[in-house]
Amino acid sequence: MTLTDWLGPQEWQAVRLSLRVAGVAMLASLPFAIAVAWLLARRRFPGHGLLSGIVHLPLVLPPVVTGYLLLLTFGTQGPIGSLLQPLGITFAFRWTGAALAAAIMAFPLMVRTIRLGFESVDPRLEQAAATLGAPRIWIFLTVTLPLILPAMLAGATLGFAKAMGEFGATITFVSNIPGQTQTLPSAIYALLQVPSGEAQAMRLVLVSVVIAIGAVLVSEWLARRMEARR
Amino acid sequence: MLEVAFQHAFPGLTLDIAFQAPGGVTALFGPSGCGKTTTINAIAGLMRLDRGRIALGDRLLFDGQTDLPPQARRIGYVFQDARLFPHMTVAANLRYPARWRRGAGRDFDRIVDMLALEPLLTRRPGTLSGGERQRVAIGRALLSDPDLLVMDEPLAALDEARKAEIMPWLERLRDEIRLPILYVSHSVPEVLRLANTVVLMRQGRVTHAGPLADILTDPELAPELGAREAGALIRARIVGREPDGLTRVATSGGTMLLPALDMAPGRELRLRIWAHEVILSREAPQGLSALNVLPVRVLRVHGGLVQLALGDERMLAQITPRSVKALDLQAGAACHAIVKSVSVLPS
Repeated sequence: MTLTDWLGPQEWQAVRLSLRVAGVAMLASLPFAIAVAWLLARRRFPGHGLLSGIVHLPLVLPPVVTGYLLLLTFGTQGPIGSLLQPLGITFAFRWTGAALAAAIMAFPLMVRTIRLGFESVDPRLEQAAATLGAPRIWIFLTVTLPLILPAMLAGATLGFAKAMGEFGATITFVSNIPGQTQTLPSAIYALLQVPSGEAQAMRLVLVSVVIAIGAVLVSEWLARRMEARR
Repeated sequence: MLEVAFQHAFPGLTLDIAFQAPGGVTALFGPSGCGKTTTINAIAGLMRLDRGRIALGDRLLFDGQTDLPPQARRIGYVFQDARLFPHMTVAANLRYPARWRRGAGRDFDRIVDMLALEPLLTRRPGTLSGGERQRVAIGRALLSDPDLLVMDEPLAALDEARKAEIMPWLERLRDEIRLPILYVSHSVPEVLRLANTVVLMRQGRVTHAGPLADILTDPELAPELGAREAGALIRARIVGREPDGLTRVATSGGTMLLPALDMAPGRELRLRIWAHEVILSREAPQGLSALNVLPVRVLRVHGGLVQLALGDERMLAQITPRSVKALDLQAGAACHAIVKSVSVLPS
């Protein structure tokens, strides 16, 4: 029995799509997560609390609500969606929409983790770099960023795992179209709706567990390697 | 020449600082919490000031309009806690300033050699001892090619053995690299060993600033550095060797005899004469075992501390107020200073 027999082609498609959605969601939102985490950790400005609240909203809102709000704003009729459509960018009912939903749901977790990293970096090291003549951006790249690498990694892993598992907002925003927007959780959900699907669903569950454990192991291995370089 | 004058209000403490630091080592001396570290942070540009003026040579660092960022001040800062970058090797720490500042890093080999950093280059800061870390921090600050080095109690976090290990490096720094140094300390032995100018601070103000020798022979200021340390710091020159092996030196107030010194005639040196090692006599003393009896004139009396003029130098004698009265020591009185012991410092 080969792996293609073990899982049907549609299920494999869901696994591949999920990996792509979660990977893209995590990589594309990471720079923003770093920027927002830095703002929240290091800057005091009017609207600090508001920004923090907005970023954390997806964590406390029901995912279905987040998905519906995404549909309202990024749908073809929505204020942002209608602006992007002439540019050839569509989110609603596309895999890109699934990635957007996953990114937004994972964002607060990434920001929280990376913010803790920024807060643990001693600002006095950055002061020392300034007295040595380093321009600010250079200090950020050579002192701050390397020191928050473990936190960035933890945030990225957490974000990836959250994106892999996102269900409620995704299914509300982009539905459950096989080959288009059917991610792993949506596929499991769909299989559980048909009488004969339970065995296939179990296999997909197994795949999810393996991917999740794999992500954690890879991130721990990277963290250990970085620790060893200290 | 560093010129500093600024005011800055904190909740609970208002700083009102004004002093000048010529070349050499200037010590900022005062009790904890008197604003020493804040003062050098202001000079290095690590804090915003209300108002004032800070200039280094002909470069204006701060006034009402100008406020150079730390990057542009060219002031090397050796922090009390070293602040090495933990994710870089010692070599990468040392080369950090050279990545973008022209002129920085060109003395790499010389400074690594001077501070004996060669064996540490591939190590990480986390594996260094406190003393080694401080040496690397000094090297890194020097390699940023600064116009001024500020040091914030670089020895305070170290135990006595480590202090003794670092001190000679600081002396080498002072003697070999002609770089003005501003040295924050509340340790009298460090100030005495390193500084040639002292800025005394108390509660956010400069109470006195001047050459170390002046402060040590000022009957009112000397006690701030500790009663045991009060006394003269006098310039002298080797004249020659006596038949019995003693060394004859010349000072501006007469010649003195010292135990055998292995130094050629003409060499300059400094003599430390502690106030508690000086006895005063109105008459020329006779039949004394002390070799050095110097003609002096009383300048000022404060309690039992008597400031004396020896040629153009100042001396200090610590006697009892009763003796002050008995000898009728008043400003202008001529008398003889009997020096029990002298210690010799390099010039």
